Amino acid sequence: MKTKVNDFAFKLANVNGTGSASANGLLMQAIFRMGIPVSGKNLFPSNIQGLPTWYEIRVNKDGHTARTSEYDLMVAMNAETFARDVKEVRSGGWVLYDSTKPLDKALVRPDVTFLGVPYAKLCGEAWTDDRQRTLMKNICYVGTLAALLGIDMEVVSGMLDEKFSRKPALLESNHKAIEIGRRYALENLPCPLPLRLEKMDATRDAILIDGNTAAALGCVYAGATVAAWYPITPSTSVMDGFKSFCERYRLDKATGERKYCIVQAEDELAAIGMVIGASWMGARSFTSTSGPGISLMNELIGLAYYAEIPAVIVDVQRVGPSTGMPTRTQQGDILLCAYASHGDTKHIVLFPSDPNECFQFAVKSFDLAERFQTPVFMLTDLDIGMNDWVVPRLEWDDTYRPDRGRVLSREDLEKMPKFYRYSPEDELGVAARTLPGVHARGAFFTRGSGHNKLGGYTEIPDEYQEVVDRLRRKHDAAKEHVPAPVFVERPGAAVGVVTLGGCDRAVREALERLDARGVRADFMRVRGFPFGKAVEDFLREHEVVFVVEQNRDAQLRSLLVLETEAPKEKLRSVLAYGGFPLQANQVVDGIMKQLRTGADA
Amino acid sequence: MSYIKKPVARHPSLRPNALGLTIRDYEGSMSTLCAGCGHDSITAAIVRALYELDVPPHMLAKLSGIGCSSKTPTYFVSGAHGFNSAHGRMPAIATGANAANRALLYIGVSGDGDSLSIGLGQMVHAMRRNLRMLYVIENNGVYGLTKGQFSASSDIGSKSKRGEANTQPPIDPVMLALDIGATYVARSFSGDKAQLVPILKGALRHNGFALVDVISPCVTFNDHEGSTKSYLYTRKHQLPIVQADFVPPAAEIRAEYAPGTVHEVRMHDGSTLQLHKVGPDYDPTDRRAAWSFLSERQRSGEIPTGLLYLDESGSDMHAAAKTVSRPLAQMPFEELCPGEAALRKLQDAYR
Ligand SMILES: Cc1ncc(C[n+]2csc(CCOP(=O)(O)OP(=O)(O)O)c2C)c(N)n1
Ligand code: SF4
Ligand SMILES: [Mg+2]
Repeated sequence: MKTKVNDFAFKLANVNGTGSASANGLLMQAIFRMGIPVSGKNLFPSNIQGLPTWYEIRVNKDGHTARTSEYDLMVAMNAETFARDVKEVRSGGWVLYDSTKPLDKALVRPDVTFLGVPYAKLCGEAWTDDRQRTLMKNICYVGTLAALLGIDMEVVSGMLDEKFSRKPALLESNHKAIEIGRRYALENLPCPLPLRLEKMDATRDAILIDGNTAAALGCVYAGATVAAWYPITPSTSVMDGFKSFCERYRLDKATGERKYCIVQAEDELAAIGMVIGASWMGARSFTSTSGPGISLMNELIGLAYYAEIPAVIVDVQRVGPSTGMPTRTQQGDILLCAYASHGDTKHIVLFPSDPNECFQFAVKSFDLAERFQTPVFMLTDLDIGMNDWVVPRLEWDDTYRPDRGRVLSREDLEKMPKFYRYSPEDELGVAARTLPGVHARGAFFTRGSGHNKLGGYTEIPDEYQEVVDRLRRKHDAAKEHVPAPVFVERPGAAVGVVTLGGCDRAVREALERLDARGVRADFMRVRGFPFGKAVEDFLREHEVVFVVEQNRDAQLRSLLVLETEAPKEKLRSVLAYGGFPLQANQVVDGIMKQLRTGADA
Repeated sequence: MSYIKKPVARHPSLRPNALGLTIRDYEGSMSTLCAGCGHDSITAAIVRALYELDVPPHMLAKLSGIGCSSKTPTYFVSGAHGFNSAHGRMPAIATGANAANRALLYIGVSGDGDSLSIGLGQMVHAMRRNLRMLYVIENNGVYGLTKGQFSASSDIGSKSKRGEANTQPPIDPVMLALDIGATYVARSFSGDKAQLVPILKGALRHNGFALVDVISPCVTFNDHEGSTKSYLYTRKHQLPIVQADFVPPAAEIRAEYAPGTVHEVRMHDGSTLQLHKVGPDYDPTDRRAAWSFLSERQRSGEIPTGLLYLDESGSDMHAAAKTVSRPLAQMPFEELCPGEAALRKLQDAYR
């Protein structure tokens, strides 16, 4: 069989809570340090201990690191799921398993090679403590895979040394476990397999980071000082990250006091209220949550919209409706966020595709929220937020200064005979605001009830409409200020493909594959709502446009139908919404099927 | 609604306070509540308290939820920023505002519906955080703005205007506050300004969450016979327990009381609260004793009023959060952003 070099995928089947996460992370990081493009997808249950959990690693020298379910190798460490794990390996592939107990003949597949290592036995002999035996079994298979796939041992050793530099006992047992697994493989298994990792130089300027951490870092760099939240998977690590970065960068050197305030709220209703209160005072403030939290926040999001108070909301989407599948990924909150709250409301929504954009867009969110005096959503998802991604290094320009929008200073107010909150407006439809504590002349009554352009209470139709019409103009004006779409154009392309967020890598890969089959498609990834001219142009210039997204109801397509001139008929949907990250083959199949069946697909 | 012209009728005795402001400078726009509504008397007491405390108007933030009561922040201190938020959500807005700017003085005005039903969770969590603010419940035992439904503070047997008797037990904000651990707990009556004003002043100087529950009759929906929140009923059953005298910093304490009847509490700004027991033996600094005394009296149909509990030693939300003393909202960006070099260095850990 032909050797596959830096182009294969394998899956690890584990039991939740047994320490497999650190072993799998180690593998992923080792491959990254070998300079090879790689991705790791953690497919974990909503459970603390005991349920099955999987981790998938894909290496691809061309940089295609979207999820794939074509596994060349299965590391089957969970007896409970063994049967179905074995079924998932591609024909001609390998299964690595614990051979302490004999293999059930009924599960053996003739077209797959079984590689047995008696992990339980080996670890039972090497360690006496039960917990350690369990943990070290996982580290052991890292050693075996190093031998089978050609993982650079120097890299692995170096990583262990760094990781356990302050825990000599752990360092020793980890080295020992790796060596046990590796030695056994070298002596008993056909090493190396025709699945080979070879050093490359593709990750030199990259980092390995998850989107939640990157988003948190963006909030720190943007100068956010007040954060309020209520714990919810998969967004919790945004606030964990914010807290640890603040502890590192935001302590007063002289007193040790904190230049930030994080409030764990009683629920999401309160969390968004706190963000609104802090933003009203002029602090940069944000919350992070997931779909159920957004549902609860709806009432006050409308208040912030109507009273024109900035707010930044990071929504790390998970599978809905209701509690849904908390540890699975989806793009199901697009419409919820675009129109959150009762009455005529419309919001600015940003769609980062990976952790690097999470960092950039977090900063952008604050600038837009303050420039347009309105809530801004940054919509990520579990895949982006919780998985480690190889992305270009984050960059920062020290000349950056926050765009605080139109805020009147004490001096401005001194010069004014009178201040009115909602007029005059500028070319973006934005009126100047004042902050409490600055000047009595800037005082006004912020309200979510009907108000006129002077800020006074009203129930008069014309006065009411004048304000909400300006809000509509203001939202429209934001369309050229949100991040512009990115394009990949192919000369002579007949169709267009539109996508968003974490679909990016799978769709790009799919379009390359389609190209190889003679189907040329132009690619556009939208990065913000409202949609600007570039989006309109793309839709107009293509006869047929496929919209690829991860939800059942084609929410991005609906938003395009509602908010652009594009005729509904030419927008076709390709949808994947089972809860796992999108794969290129789902996109290829979805498009090909519709192209074959013709116009009415 | 500061653009609405108020009738200018200068009282000859309008004396300026230490800031050179008269009581007029602490007023707001004209009330649109029903004539005789208890809420308007509370507004007047708030105006007086702020005037007497020499509070600079722009250093005050006044917040509310939704209800007749929640409309009242428009009716005092037009020079202060106000925030009429959503039903039951004022505590969260106030928490965020206070987190961002601890230099301001915060007044939250709420109703019994706003605080004890839809906003109960937020109110007790603000107490639990000991958020530094004056939190006034204008308690009329009824939903005024939605026209007369029973509220969670309606007593069992209290009759609605149509004669229907309430059957569910009330939630008593004072007992709740004592239980949750609030550090300043008072009850008063909108018709008793002499008692209310010093309570409000003490609350505004308190270093933590000050709950002031004020019985505030709704003349339109709950002031009839059979109601336990009417003017008449409250006057008849009010039992003043503790009279508070507020003594500003460096001022001379003038009132003299018989020994053993006075508690003096130093506030964190140097002012003093003299708590004079006008009722039976009572210790307003003993939470447990206060709780059992009050529950007993209330069971027998009395309405104990006054500054009922005070603990000036607790730490507020910021002390617990170890926040810097400067307002976060005014922190220069340069102090907040770690910069390019730090980012470069940090990322070596993500390799
Ligand atoms: C989410 C929501 N539900 C219901 C209402 C309707 N509502 C407005 S005020 C109010 C009750 C007010 O009662 P209270 O807080 O006691 O104030 P009062 O008018 O008696 O002073 C209700 C139910 C609302 N504004 N928002
Ligand atoms: S309805 Fe009742 S609470 Fe509302 S303004 Fe009239 S008297 Fe006051
Ligand atoms: Mg009421």
